[in-house]
Amino acid sequence: MSQHRLDYLDQLESESIHIFREVAGQFERPALLFSGGKDSIVLVHLALKAFRPGKFPFPLVHIDTGHNFQEALDFRDHLANAIGEKLIVRNVVDTIKEKNLTEQKGKFASRNALQTYTLLDTIEEFKFDACIGGARRDEEKARAKERIFSVRDEFGQWDPKLQRPELWNTYNGRIHKGENVRVFPISNWTELDIWNYIKRNEIELPSIYFAHNREVLEWQGQLVATSEFIKLDEADKVSVKKVRYRTVGDMTCTAAVESTASNIDDIIKEIIATKTSERGETRIDDRVSEAAMEDRKKNGYF
Amino acid sequence: MDILRFITAGSVDDGKSTLIGRLLYDSKSIMIDQLEAIEKQSKNKEDGEIDLALLTDGLRAEREQGITIDVAYKYFSTPKRKFIIADAPGHTQYTRNMVTGASNSDLAIILVDARNGVVEQTRRHSIITSLLNIPHVVVAINKMDLVNNSQDVYNNIVIDYAAVAISLGLKDITYIPISAINGDNIVEKSPAFPWYEGESLLHILENVEVANDINYTDARFPVQYVIRPQTEALHDYRGYAGKVVSGIYRKGDKITVQPSGLQSIISAIEIGGKEVDEAFAPQSVVLHLSDDIDISRGDVIVQSDNQPSVENELDVLLCWMGNKPLIAGNKYLLQINSRITRAVVKEIEYKLDVNSLLEEPAPEQAALNDIVKVKIKTASPVPFDSYKKLRVNGGAILIDETSNVTVGACMIQ
Ligand SMILES: Nc1nc2c(ncn2[C@@H]2O[C@H](COP(=O)(O)OP(=O)(O)OP(=O)(O)O)[C@@H](O)[C@H]2O)c(=O)[nH]1
Ligand SMILES: [Mg+2]
Repeated sequence: MSQHRLDYLDQLESESIHIFREVAGQFERPALLFSGGKDSIVLVHLALKAFRPGKFPFPLVHIDTGHNFQEALDFRDHLANAIGEKLIVRNVVDTIKEKNLTEQKGKFASRNALQTYTLLDTIEEFKFDACIGGARRDEEKARAKERIFSVRDEFGQWDPKLQRPELWNTYNGRIHKGENVRVFPISNWTELDIWNYIKRNEIELPSIYFAHNREVLEWQGQLVATSEFIKLDEADKVSVKKVRYRTVGDMTCTAAVESTASNIDDIIKEIIATKTSERGETRIDDRVSEAAMEDRKKNGYF
Repeated sequence: MDILRFITAGSVDDGKSTLIGRLLYDSKSIMIDQLEAIEKQSKNKEDGEIDLALLTDGLRAEREQGITIDVAYKYFSTPKRKFIIADAPGHTQYTRNMVTGASNSDLAIILVDARNGVVEQTRRHSIITSLLNIPHVVVAINKMDLVNNSQDVYNNIVIDYAAVAISLGLKDITYIPISAINGDNIVEKSPAFPWYEGESLLHILENVEVANDINYTDARFPVQYVIRPQTEALHDYRGYAGKVVSGIYRKGDKITVQPSGLQSIISAIEIGGKEVDEAFAPQSVVLHLSDDIDISRGDVIVQSDNQPSVENELDVLLCWMGNKPLIAGNKYLLQINSRITRAVVKEIEYKLDVNSLLEEPAPEQAALNDIVKVKIKTASPVPFDSYKKLRVNGGAILIDETSNVTVGACMIQ
């Protein structure tokens, strides 16, 4: 039956579509958390395959820290518009004002921790019972442990020692009032799978994923884009380099990689050859402690 | 390129996590920064030893105690295959997490510590492997370095395990001597075992044939969601979205919807918005029927000439995963694919003794991690197949309606 064999990308795609449809079938008010990064763009494409010609049974939701790359924001609006789906944006700045939150200080003052407040408020505002996210298990060791349907209490907390059994492809999304489920349809995809899928489906991406000239600060071996959000000192080494982004997060905590890859094929070659992990190369915020991600997730972080 | 999903199982400290670390390390699937991180944490870093188990033991509590608590999923690929690894915990207490990882596996690597041989937890994980009908088993006899790579030790364990395998009806078993810590027989065949005639572990994993594990005969399509755009242009569009869990569907096929028994004909099949003539497992598709009949989430569309059982009394082998005991008469929700129905456990027929593999008749109750045979009655008829014949339509979960927690894994007989 060789004509009836699915190649690995088709298998992953089918598994993800199945998860999307389980969300649609099981929840009253789901949401798709959309950042404008490659993983959430792939999520949107999978949702198109799962639900077209119908509408998405959920809005796209972006928690905007105010520290985003303009290219990613523009792309976010462009894609939502092109597919004609509803986009809800909530701003961390507003939460900071309303709740009198204290901003981080320092050179790379990040709103990474504060965005959890806005996320939880947004979940409450719209009474979302499921939030679909683009996290992959290959990204980080705490994520490698999380179920595909991950139950969070009303404070958004994840308890890694009390995860529900998850058997076969049968997902139990039942929750009590106030709780919600985080759903990760691309749990089993690797970074390389994502890029191969983008290539095969000719998925459009924000320009910052491709090599371009940018003014960057060299900081402990990483290249951080200069911006109004980062405080420069006189001693700082700033130069223009040809770079691309491997992940797109906040400008304050995402590093660029030096690259001349201007198309998908070249990027895939670089990803295959790289000796550093995606997070290791691009995230400034994970270096703080060994369990940084686990701690953030326990507190409601996506 | 295809995908092989496998799990490492076996008793506490038999070296499951170390084996996976070694497999990732020797296949060059670990990045420099990840290696630096675990080097820093390794307790014996002064001797230049790194603890490869730290690669999968990703939770703080796991690293502190040096044990695995919940399944970790790891990924690597070779030019032949993409591998999805589930690293299961060995502790009895966390057996339900092992079951979680095992449920989606095509292959189980069951580790045995060469010094201890087959122990209770080896048997427990083997029983679960057999219950879940995992098609392929590799028995890896580990820590051979601690028994001088002795062929006698190895052979004795193989003989012991073979007896277990026969009584459990395990199929397709391969035995291999390894040292996870030294990397012997993991990626390359090792000179440490000149008497061993088989291949390295990675070679086995790359070559085990999984394509035949999919059933293309008994077509089952659980409906997940009905797509009804209800726009002017697509006023009459009504598509049944779901995954072909087994078999093949073609345009023009005569189908029956279960449990209603209504019949129709497939008028169109769509995959990702494109019309196709046929769909096969495990594709996610949209089916269109030529009649407007009542179909909703939880129904199963099957070929009219190949029907599942549709009944409300089920004989079930059950892995109990609840912290509270199961007592006959308890009510739960039973979920099979997308269908949920109320159910009552009428009777606990027997409990399986993990050591003797004997059946203890009519126990009072089942406790966490017990394996029992039960009779379940459901509020409405359930379309199902026997798990042994068709894993994708014979497995169900029990949910405690008050806590919402998944408390049981059902293998319908
Ligand atoms: N000498 C020797 N020691 C080994 C070998 N494999 C693993 N070990 C050691 O055995 C201990 C337990 O290894 P782990 O990999 O954590 O065991 P595990 O099976 O994952 O344990 P749990 O997940 O908690 O059930 C560690 O100290 C390892 O270094 C081996 O081949 N030889
Ligand atoms: Mg372990």
